[in-house]
Amino acid sequence: MHFPSDLAATRRDLLIGTAAAVATTSSSSRLAAQAPADIGPVIAPVSFEVNGAQREFSLDARTTLLDALREHLHLNGTKKGCDHGQCGACTVLVDGRRINSCLTLAVMHQGQRVTTIEGLGTPDNLHPMQAAFVKHDGFQCGYCTPGQICSAVGVLDEIKAGVPSHVSADLTATPEGSEAEIRERMSGNICRCGAYSNIVDAITDVSGRKA
Amino acid sequence: MKSFTYERASTPAEAASAAARNTGTRFIAGGTNLLDLMKLEIETPRHLIDVNSLALDTIEPLPDGGLRIGALVRNTDLAADARIRRDYGVLSRALLAGASGQLRNKATTAGNLLQRTRCPYFYDTNQPCNKRQPGSGCSALGGFSRSLAIVGASDACIATHPSDMAVAMRVLDAQVETVRPDGTTRRLPIAQFYRAPGDTPQLETALAPGELITAVTLPKPVGGMHVYRKVRDRASYAFALISVGAIVQRDGSGRVALGGVAHKPWRIEAAEAQLPKGARAVTERLLANAKTTDDNAFKLPLVERTLAAVLVEARA
Ligand SMILES: Cc1cc2nc3c(=O)[nH]c(=O)nc-3n(C[C@H](O)[C@H](O)[C@H](O)COP(=O)(O)OP(=O)(O)OC[C@H]3O[C@@H](n4cnc5c(N)ncnc54)[C@H](O)[C@@H]3O)c2cc1C
Ligand code: SF4
Repeated sequence: MHFPSDLAATRRDLLIGTAAAVATTSSSSRLAAQAPADIGPVIAPVSFEVNGAQREFSLDARTTLLDALREHLHLNGTKKGCDHGQCGACTVLVDGRRINSCLTLAVMHQGQRVTTIEGLGTPDNLHPMQAAFVKHDGFQCGYCTPGQICSAVGVLDEIKAGVPSHVSADLTATPEGSEAEIRERMSGNICRCGAYSNIVDAITDVSGRKA
Repeated sequence: MKSFTYERASTPAEAASAAARNTGTRFIAGGTNLLDLMKLEIETPRHLIDVNSLALDTIEPLPDGGLRIGALVRNTDLAADARIRRDYGVLSRALLAGASGQLRNKATTAGNLLQRTRCPYFYDTNQPCNKRQPGSGCSALGGFSRSLAIVGASDACIATHPSDMAVAMRVLDAQVETVRPDGTTRRLPIAQFYRAPGDTPQLETALAPGELITAVTLPKPVGGMHVYRKVRDRASYAFALISVGAIVQRDGSGRVALGGVAHKPWRIEAAEAQLPKGARAVTERLLANAKTTDDNAFKLPLVERTLAAVLVEARA
């Protein structure tokens, strides 16, 4: 059980511990007493391409790709929703494939190519998927939208590449871009406003145009 | 998240020996389970070995007609492989029933086998849990156990293994290839891969410390109708309450494994002799020693009915 004063003390200890951790380990902190002494922050170099530009980082090895994009590059189009891979708001494309940027470390992407919502299109030159979301009103509050759009771009590429889905009736057939297929493939992107039907319309629009 | 040192592995043998040299090491592949648990400080590795640059991401034919699936083949690529779709449909189906498109693009074959339980108390660091903190007790016994095991459990732990893929691997008699810290390799049948919880639910597999999975092999195709049926609270993007993986031959013989009922994919070969008699006979044998709670007793009839539906589908 934590009482407010207790909690404050613990946080202060932790902050001091963190600041001092480069030189010493925070052995005075109550939390550290239970586990082997923590090692201090480990700074690691990594470089990868983001939206066409080469980027060099020197960051705490614990930094997720999501935090590197938002906190270090200030590309805050990519959103932090649950931070546990359950909501899809952090979806970006890495080497063309959609992933949850919250469940991967920045240091694991050396030499790779990351595309975020800012890299798909610009306000003056929207990506077709961005334009379709505007046209079909595929959002309300907009928080999940960057993830929805990056995911949708990935979905259409996966269908084109012949990746089957849970709802594909015949595993060996070429998958189609039906509404049922799009709904299943987009299930990793949650929309708390429930704009799903318009999201599906937007994706179907782009998928029809592509075919 | 606790701090850790990080290295990229150069060869599988070097990764295994480096893991044995550094205490508190974890390999990281897709990271989709490990990082989730590290953020919650349920996993607190002091050293991470990134295995992604090891060239273990291909699916190769074997001389005996089977396939060798590299440990780093992503779940999406495995499910989409033409040979898997044609000859091992139950595996493709099981993979596609799991997680989301984004997660499958990252999740690897080895990481999927080694993902940890979704028991709600394992995730809640304020509650006792023998698996997370050995000896602290099991909150699920007498707690909220709706999603938990009905067979093979112990008084120390009633967790289920959450993988869909592993159920298909068990039906297919897959083998797990590894390299050990001393450089030797071995092959383990999937039937011997997961340990019963007993008094030590924190020990989940037959892998030794530092042992790296390099591949999973499949024997040559056995034909038949391949079905994977998963029952869950949502139509997509949810873990199984129970699942049934089956291969049924024209003559009515076949193989059946269950997900969501035990600490491992649950298959009893002797139960399969009952297949011609129908779902009830098979289920009675498969779940003969079932021990349920009030919360999860529904899984008994659910298994039988799901298996009945699977047999109808397979014989259609
Ligand atoms: C929101 C959500 C929903 C999900 N739903 C489902 C679902 O419905 N069905 C399902 O089956 N799964 C589901 N999953 C789990 C998902 O399938 C796993 O997270 C994934 O398969 C793990 O693979 P990975 O490569 O990311 O493993 P990692 O997280 O990298 O590793 C997992 C474990 O395996 C070890 N490891 C990795 N590679 C090796 C190796 N080569 N040798 C030895 N050890 C190794 C790591 O040290 C770690 O302990 C879900 C996950 C999330 C986050
Ligand atoms: S069932 Fe296992 S994982 Fe769940 S609380 Fe009990 S010991 Fe922990």
